[in-house]
Parts: sequence; C-alpha cells; structure tokens
Amino acid sequence: MTTLTRPGRGYRPPAPLGGRPRSGRQTSIAILFLLPALVILLAFVAWPMLSALRLSFTNSSGFGVEEWVGLDNYVRVFTDPRILSTLGTTAVYTVMFTPTAIVVALALALLLGHPRLLGRGFFRTALFLPFIVSLAVAAFAWTYLLDPQVGLLNYWLRGLGIQLGNVLQDPNLAMPTVVLVAIWKSFGFYMVIFIAGLQEIPGSLYEAAKVDGAGPVRRFFHITLPQLSNTLAFVVVFAMISALQAFDQIYVMTGGGPYRTTQTVVMEVYQEGFKKLNLGLATALSYVLLAATLVLSLIQFRFFGRREEDNS
Amino acid sequence: MLVLTLLVLLPVIIIVLTAFKPAAEINQYPPTLFPSDWTLDNFTRIFSDLPFARLFLNSVLFAGGVTLFALVFDSLAAYALARLDFRGNRVLLVVIVASLMIPFQATLIPVYQLVAQFGWVNTYAGLIVPRAADAFGIFFLRQFFVSLPRDLDNAARIDGAGEFRIFRSIVLPNAVPSLLTLAIFTFVNNWNDLLWPLVFTTTPEMGTITSGLTLLTGPSGIIPYGTMMAGSLIAVLPLAVMFLIMQRRFIESVASTGLK
Repeated sequence: MTTLTRPGRGYRPPAPLGGRPRSGRQTSIAILFLLPALVILLAFVAWPMLSALRLSFTNSSGFGVEEWVGLDNYVRVFTDPRILSTLGTTAVYTVMFTPTAIVVALALALLLGHPRLLGRGFFRTALFLPFIVSLAVAAFAWTYLLDPQVGLLNYWLRGLGIQLGNVLQDPNLAMPTVVLVAIWKSFGFYMVIFIAGLQEIPGSLYEAAKVDGAGPVRRFFHITLPQLSNTLAFVVVFAMISALQAFDQIYVMTGGGPYRTTQTVVMEVYQEGFKKLNLGLATALSYVLLAATLVLSLIQFRFFGRREEDNS
Repeated sequence: MLVLTLLVLLPVIIIVLTAFKPAAEINQYPPTLFPSDWTLDNFTRIFSDLPFARLFLNSVLFAGGVTLFALVFDSLAAYALARLDFRGNRVLLVVIVASLMIPFQATLIPVYQLVAQFGWVNTYAGLIVPRAADAFGIFFLRQFFVSLPRDLDNAARIDGAGEFRIFRSIVLPNAVPSLLTLAIFTFVNNWNDLLWPLVFTTTPEMGTITSGLTLLTGPSGIIPYGTMMAGSLIAVLPLAVMFLIMQRRFIESVASTGLK
C-alpha cells in the first residue's frame, strides 16, 4: 500500500495549524481521540487486506487444513474460462453502464439548466428520487414491469410492436436489463454533480460565443464540454468504479444467469467465497477487483486534485 | 419533460399502485396501472410471509447503529487530524485517504472470518461493529473541521478548557450541517445495502428489509408481486420521507460529497 499512498499530485491539504512547526506536543490526547476509529479500521480494513492476500495464496475452505498453493489461484483467475468469463462480464457491464449513464445524466443536467424550463426544482427532485431507492427494490419493480406475462412495460411495448419476451432468461437481453436498472438508480446522482459543474461555468463565455455567432451545438462542444472536463472525468471514473462492484440487482433479477451472462466478479466472489467456500480463489479474484479499483481511484484522485485547485 | 419524468418514475409508481392491488388484478391480462379495487391485503400478507416487523427493526438498528457509531468515532478522529498537533498526523491522513480506495467487497471474506471468530455472525454486533468507523467519514469531517476558524478554541484554551470540551462545545455545534450530511449518507447506504446483511446474517429473523425481501423470490420461481411491492414500499418509505423533508440538503450533499 505504501507506494500508493500519495493521493494524487494536485491534492493539497490545507496548511496545518496555521503554519506552526509540529512539535507533537498533543500526541497523548490525539491518541485518545483517534483510538476508537483506528481500532476499527485496523481490525476491519487493514488486517483483512493482509489476511485476504495470504488467503489468496492458499486453498483454504475456512475449515481444516489449508495448503500454500503459490500463484495457483491467480493463474486460475486468468486461465479458467469459468472464472475469466466473470472478468469479461464485468467489463461488458462497465462498458454498457458508464457511457449510457453519463450521457443520460449530462443530457438531463443540460435540459434542467435551460432557463425557460418551468418547475426546475420539481424535476430535479423527481429525477433524483430513484437514487434513494435500493438497487434490490429497484430490481423488484423492474422485474415486475418486465414480467413476460403480467408486466406492464412489456405489455405497452408489445402495443408498440416490440416483443421482448422473457428478458431475464434471454442471454442477449439479461445484461442490458440489469445495466438499465443500475442506470435508472444512479443517473440522478451523476446529474446532480453535472448540474453543480455546469453552474461553475462563467456565463460570459456563452455570451461571447453568441456574439461570435456560435450555435447551441458549437457552444456545447467548444465551451460546455471543455469547461466541464474535470467534472466529467471525475464522474466517468466514479461510474466505472461502481460498475466494477455490480451485485445487488443481479443477485435479485438473474442470479448471474442465464448461462452466466450476468455473472460479475462480485457475484462470483460471493458464490465462491460464501457458497462453495473456495476462499483462496475468491480472495484472489477480489484482489484483481481491488487492483482495478486502485488504478481507477488513482486516476480519480488526480482529477479530484485538479478540481480542488481550480476551485481555490 | 413531464412525460419523461413520469416514465422515469414508473418503477416507483408501480411499487405504490401494485402494493394496494388485489392479487387477482395483479395476475390478470392485460395488466393495468391503477387498481380498480384498493386493498391492504398485501400489507397484511407481508407480515405473515416474512418476520417483517423484525426486519424493519433490524434495518433501523443496523443503519441507525452504524450511523451513530460512525458519526462519533469519525468526528473524534477527524478532530485529532484537523486540530491536534501530533507526530505522524500527515502520514495518518494520507493512509486514511488511501484506504478510501479499498472496496468493501474486496475484504469481505476475511472480515467475515474475523466476525465469525468473535462469534458475531447473526448478531447486531456483526452487522454494526465492522462499519463503526469509516475512512470516508473521517476524511470528510476532517476537511470541514480544518476550515473552522480557530479563534474560539484558543480563547477556550486560555480559559482552561480541555480538548474534549473544545471538541464537544465548540467544534461539533459548528459542524452540524456536515454531520447531518454524513449521517444521511451513512444511513441511506446501509439501509439499502444488500450484500452486507446477506453475508453477516444466516437466519431470516436477523436480516434487514433489503435482504429479507429477496427471500420472497423463492426457488419456486413464482414471484408474489403484490407482497413484494408492499414490502418494497415500506422499505423505501422512510428514506423517501427523509428525502422529501430534507431534499435540499440531500441533493446538495451529493453534489458536494461527490467523491464517494
């Protein structure tokens, strides 16, 4: 971990204690303040990190003897087609989720920013509402709406000539469906961040562009997008990280099927780790997830740092 | 825009309307949006099909407990990092920020083993204690505490106040908006979490609303939509009420804490 602890180049914590040099004169009282949180974080974050690393080199089942198996579990993650496919599935999920969620969120943020739109506050609240609904509950509602027999949405689409059939049993449609549920839940969150980002763009830029005769499309590509680039990059990475952790709605809607087409990494970690008790394999797979998340987080911290600098 | 918004809200609308629909109407073809007959059957059934009152209580205790502990422990640690002069302050802050990058799914198995060793599987302690402090909360509050002016604490120090008194009677009262933001976030995240209660509880009686409702989709493959939507409505309602009362704070907290 220690090589990864620098939180991005642009990040600057505020000057400590009014610039006085640190003497450590409050060390004992500081320890008292820190103790409860540090005990929890050491026991339930730091120690499990090391413990998971050790487990990933064993064939532990949680009971009885465990043997050191070296890199076997990691080799299996990248060679066993069954396990490797979960990396592929997660990648597909991420690639479907991220751009769609962001385009939807950005489009709505722009629409809500339109000066002639009445009831902006109402729409913002209404569109944000899905964010407080749990993914599991969202999955129940969508399962019902898409039910092949009694689903209302399925019925309406049939009226429009679109035959969906049983989407959750369809190897081609199950993945887009679970992605749709995640987008439905989270676009409002990204939208709100975009609205905040859009508000920071100085209005004078748009007025100058209008004077120069730039239309709405040109203004979007030449002012909005470049000015929003830090927020955009931040949200993209954020969305990718959350996509890597996809689990809840998949557990509820498809259980990873049909034919494992929605079996993501976290689904596999859950099943290997808690159902089949292949702790070694499951922890090796979680370390691969961890590595992917770390890479994305480091990128995110750099953008976050830049955003902080821009604001100061 | 209105049509679009209604379409977006369709899943929420369907939860509310189906919860009050009689079973016969739910399973009829063609499906309807509005119930022609309003009934509370689904609500009575959810309490007999699942130990639903217990699940609700568990959700309150789990999400509320995590929120309470995390707020206390996080603010204490954040105070030390923001305002106390001790060796290793900077290094500790950097380590805590770095640990933000660890998704809880990655350490779930060893955390479970630890909880099992303590004999805490299927207990409130098992659900709550591992989340009783949180790197994000510490970092978030620390950033706010640093920005508070220091004149008042110095005055209090001259009057002989100890650090704990300064923390309790000067810093905390001034940090109420930040604490509330963090409380909302922590509560909502835990209330809605599925994987965590799924892993740390093994009997239906110890689950939360979120994990308990998944038991309705049994192996039979037939989903009792009516009871499921009634249960979903009860699961969403406390958060929806909180959200509608404090929507400004909710939305602004999202925009400002966009880093998690």
